[in-house]
Amino acid sequence: MQMSKGYNQLGQLMISHFKEIIREPGIIFWGIVFPILMSLGLGIAFTQKQEVVRKVAVLETENAVILDSMLTIYMSDTANAEEFMVMTIENKQIGNTSFEFKPMNWNDALIALKRGVVNIIISENDGKIEYRFDPLNPDAQLSYTKLNKYFINGDPVVVENTQNIQPLTLKGTRYIDFLIPGLLAMGIMMSTMWGLSYGMIEKRSKKLLRRMVATPMKKSYFLISIMTVRMTMNFIEAVLLIVFAWLAFDITIQGSIPALLAIFIAGNIGFAGLAFFISCRTAKTEIGNGLINVVVMPMMILSGIFFSYHNFPDSLIPILQKLPLTLVADGMRSIFIEGAGFEQVTTPIAILLFGGTIFFSLGLKFFRWY
Amino acid sequence: MVSLLIEVRNVYKSFKDVKAVNGLSFSVRPGQFLALLGPNGAGKTTLVEMIEGIQFPDKGEIVIEGKTWQKHSEEIHRIIGLSLQETRFTDKLNVRETLALFASFYGLGSDRVEEVIDLVNLEEKRKSYVVNLSGGQRQRLALGISLLNNPRILLLDEPTTGLDPTARREVWAILKKLKDEANTSLILTTHYMEEAEHLCDYIIIIDHGKILREGTLDQLLFAEKGKKIAGFTLKEEGIKPEVFSNNNGFSVQWDVEKQKGNLELTNIETELPEFLHYLQTCGLTIENMEIRKISLDDLFIDLTGRHLHANE
Repeated sequence: MQMSKGYNQLGQLMISHFKEIIREPGIIFWGIVFPILMSLGLGIAFTQKQEVVRKVAVLETENAVILDSMLTIYMSDTANAEEFMVMTIENKQIGNTSFEFKPMNWNDALIALKRGVVNIIISENDGKIEYRFDPLNPDAQLSYTKLNKYFINGDPVVVENTQNIQPLTLKGTRYIDFLIPGLLAMGIMMSTMWGLSYGMIEKRSKKLLRRMVATPMKKSYFLISIMTVRMTMNFIEAVLLIVFAWLAFDITIQGSIPALLAIFIAGNIGFAGLAFFISCRTAKTEIGNGLINVVVMPMMILSGIFFSYHNFPDSLIPILQKLPLTLVADGMRSIFIEGAGFEQVTTPIAILLFGGTIFFSLGLKFFRWY
Repeated sequence: MVSLLIEVRNVYKSFKDVKAVNGLSFSVRPGQFLALLGPNGAGKTTLVEMIEGIQFPDKGEIVIEGKTWQKHSEEIHRIIGLSLQETRFTDKLNVRETLALFASFYGLGSDRVEEVIDLVNLEEKRKSYVVNLSGGQRQRLALGISLLNNPRILLLDEPTTGLDPTARREVWAILKKLKDEANTSLILTTHYMEEAEHLCDYIIIIDHGKILREGTLDQLLFAEKGKKIAGFTLKEEGIKPEVFSNNNGFSVQWDVEKQKGNLELTNIETELPEFLHYLQTCGLTIENMEIRKISLDDLFIDLTGRHLHANE
């Protein structure tokens, strides 16, 4: 009998890793559906400017002529004392602002402030309006500014559009334009760190790595296959997110697509090196969990994925800019929204490739198959 | 001259201050089925993993077909098949895919995969995910993987631990078939005496990293030939071992915890009445008694004072 042709080792390894990923519904959800849901949620929350609601506690005091007269105007609208009384300041250009007033005593007002139900407390003393709020809270400041203007001008419920406001709703300046490249970068980091590191540690803890190296398997094939499959999955995840962002928010890539691909690959290599390094020894998934979080959590906060890192102290910014996630996110953003090409992303690509190689070599040096 | 397939020469291995393997030597001939019998922690796994090339001895030498792991790992990998204690294969790969993956490491194709599926009786589970297999089926899959490359040497580390008796017999049947074909040598570790008796023609009893006894089943039990064991319980409770240690010419092992005793008999006709009489004089009454042939477990208790099974 003629024996069938032998299976190709590298091919079988890749097929196995691939099947392992796509057969796990959780992996599909967290890798593909979750980032899309997140972009959808955050995109809608920050792009469709709805009416801004500001809730105000009004202290019940005697002889509060101004406040009483103001409240009686709106009282008729909402007879129920449990609810807030609503005053809307219309502005067609920047969106309406609704003030919701609720009379309460000092203790209730303080509790409401602590709970974040209201962010400002007003009262009347000798015909003057007094404001109480946290001066470090920008939202409370804005409430104060707007209310103050109202009480000085009398009753301009409709603000005259005397100022010349030009709303920036151009492509590339919206929050969603800032967010999508960040989510792409975060996707690379999360999928690589969890997919590669956790997968490797789990295989070690199941003694599967030990069993595999007790065969003539080429160790390099194992590493090549697991990384290639991961990178391919990351690519699919990224393409789906970009297509979704294009359909839902009309986001387009303004710069060079080859440069985007280059920083994508460099990001993958950078994180793969890091993932390989942290998973090179431990066989305990709990420790793996901790190690991955130690790498991932600080970058989630510091790398400016959801909000610009320029709010951090100036002295920190040069360091934050060198974090791998920042390098990928900033590089992608510059291509997506600033129209950057290869030249602008050469440095981050070089740093990511160099870092990835260093960590990969260190990982290999300390690697334990069992 | 019969050439030796595996030679283990004066091997030592320690972990921190535990001497796992403490100066062991033995050899395996082609076609021989050898059992390493010992309780948990006896050093069986460490020894087998050194033969498998997964661990290396601190001292001593292991030679496989005249080759060593240090110099010929590639060649040795190709002639051995092994199954580790509790390997868990990828949950979401099915039986055929798992075998195909391992077949690729040996450059084997789908024909061999199908042959092995038949050999380990997993035809009906061909397309089942590993996660959905029973303990016995997983163990047969592991055995199948170890047999893919038609190994000349098969190393199985506790292949039936944790399996129910039916599943255990299924594994034994596969190994029995392999033995009849006589192309493979086997080193099997176990703490099941029946397994060693049933499958292997040479048995090495180890404890604390040392060989206590070795030989064929007949050789091991030769010294005890004709000896019988009378297992008994008493109606009275709280019996201390001292009752039986005053040496009236009886050899009794008394288990205080379980309140069970084993009496060794060379001549039932004379010794048994004497023993019963002795009990009477002590004011003790037999509740139950069972006489059987001496087994490896009895031998092990004789050698160490402990059972092979920690839980028996």
